[in-house]
Amino acid sequence: MFKLLFPSIILISWLLTALLSQVLPLSPDLITLPHILNPPSSSAWLGYDDLGRSIADRLIMGAHTSFLVAFWVISLSLTIGTLIGMISAWWGGYVDLVIVRIMDIFLAFPGILLAIALSGLLGPGLSNVIFALSVVGWVGFARLARAQTLSLKNREHVLAARALGAQTPRILRYHILPLLMAPLTIEATFGIAGVVIAEAGLSFLGLGVQPPTASWGNMIRDGTQYLLVAPHVVIMPGVSLLLIVLAVNILGDRIRDKLDVKD
Amino acid sequence: MLTLLISRLSSLLIVVLGVITLVFLLIHLVPGDPVQVMLGETATPAAQEELRIQLGLDQPLFTQWWTYFSHLLQGDLGHSLHSKAPIHEMLLERLPATLELTFAGLFVALLIALPLGCLAAVFKDTAWDYGAMTFSLLGVSIPNFWMGPLLILLFSLNLGWLPVSGRTEFSSLILPALTLGTALAAILARMTRATLLEVLNEEYIRTAKAKGLSDPAIIIHHALRNAALPIITLLGLQLGTLLGGAVITETVFAWPGIGQLTVEAIQKRDYPVVQACVLLISLTYVVINTLTDLLYAWLDPRVRYHV
Repeated sequence: MFKLLFPSIILISWLLTALLSQVLPLSPDLITLPHILNPPSSSAWLGYDDLGRSIADRLIMGAHTSFLVAFWVISLSLTIGTLIGMISAWWGGYVDLVIVRIMDIFLAFPGILLAIALSGLLGPGLSNVIFALSVVGWVGFARLARAQTLSLKNREHVLAARALGAQTPRILRYHILPLLMAPLTIEATFGIAGVVIAEAGLSFLGLGVQPPTASWGNMIRDGTQYLLVAPHVVIMPGVSLLLIVLAVNILGDRIRDKLDVKD
Repeated sequence: MLTLLISRLSSLLIVVLGVITLVFLLIHLVPGDPVQVMLGETATPAAQEELRIQLGLDQPLFTQWWTYFSHLLQGDLGHSLHSKAPIHEMLLERLPATLELTFAGLFVALLIALPLGCLAAVFKDTAWDYGAMTFSLLGVSIPNFWMGPLLILLFSLNLGWLPVSGRTEFSSLILPALTLGTALAAILARMTRATLLEVLNEEYIRTAKAKGLSDPAIIIHHALRNAALPIITLLGLQLGTLLGGAVITETVFAWPGIGQLTVEAIQKRDYPVVQACVLLISLTYVVINTLTDLLYAWLDPRVRYHV
């Protein structure tokens, strides 16, 4: 029960916070010098940061940033990766060979390194972050979609569809894609955790969203300089990140158990 | 084995060529004129022209690629735009720190994961197991740029046991290694548990039990040995993630390695240095992966016959 309830509550709160951030009267960029580094109090639940900005307001805006990035990166990577993976497996031959080599080349860049280099060269900004993380992210989906399509391609229902004269796009769309959904959903769920950490990581390095836009990553970065005097600045954005990533990982495990898909 | 060796090495060659090409193309992604971005708005047209010629950006794309590639083959990575120092010297100066941190992270991960994974497997479905798996879940979920500052807050600022940052004495390695190694420890603990659980069901374990061997002897001599193969493979594959993660961990702890150099170079818009760092880390990763693959095949004959 906990395994479903906890992630659901966290992820729904994340979504709601991201949506509410657009309608609530927040002032995440308002600098109030008298409040600089004030700890949490009854008037300001989470206190103020090094410029006297409300941490609660910035936290809510940060939820918006991370949600937006996660949504776009996963959508783009999933769509592009699945398409490329399916095409590669379906056509086979040289098409497959070339695509597999390209995937190998992208996989040769460890983890977040390519994203760091890309965002570093493109400059900070929301769309650049989304672009950089999608360039890194599509490969995982492509590999999975390719492997699954390869094993589905010669199934009887697909052969039957071919024998009946169905065109390739129709077979891929109606006879193969639905069967890819389970493994792709699991990959996408775990992918959210990766993207949320990566976005915050880029912002932590100063390569993410453009200041003063709030991101949990740049909030942690700003706070590290005042660790001893004002640890509250670093704690809250980190806890938010941890909760979301934890929720996504628990949910991913849960879905995997439910759908019984092997790693 | 020879066929496998040739096939792995030829695909390594293609991947290396691809990585070099992609890293070469990175500089062309800079929005606008890269020369202007690197030198800033105030640079004179003459200085801009000089840098353009120095970097070969006035040449056709293919010529540029060929020049880049042939210089690489001679070990020439160019010069830093900022300090004018030869880039290969900068990399050599920073490499030991990154390798030290990466291997320390790996060591920490093993030190935590092996006992934890064994405990969880042997005492399956008990408090030990739940505890270990909760740690594992937390470990993969905690971002290292947050865990680093928390460790500094606790062990350096409050308790005063360990240095805050930098690379001075041995104790300065502990916090960065712990930060870098935790995520891997978490993944590895899970893997160790799963593999051990599988191995513990084998018949040779039952035989060992029937012979009257003690549980620790069975785990160490029979189970863990057979579980080692997948663990080694995972380690090889994850070493690259560690190298990538080192970029952030080095920044948190002001650890003077390649990762910190990468971030500094990005901030100074010293793009040739960025390219060289990315290239070095990626090539190291690719080579390690290929070696892991070959090691695996060498250790396990079954893999060889299936190629």
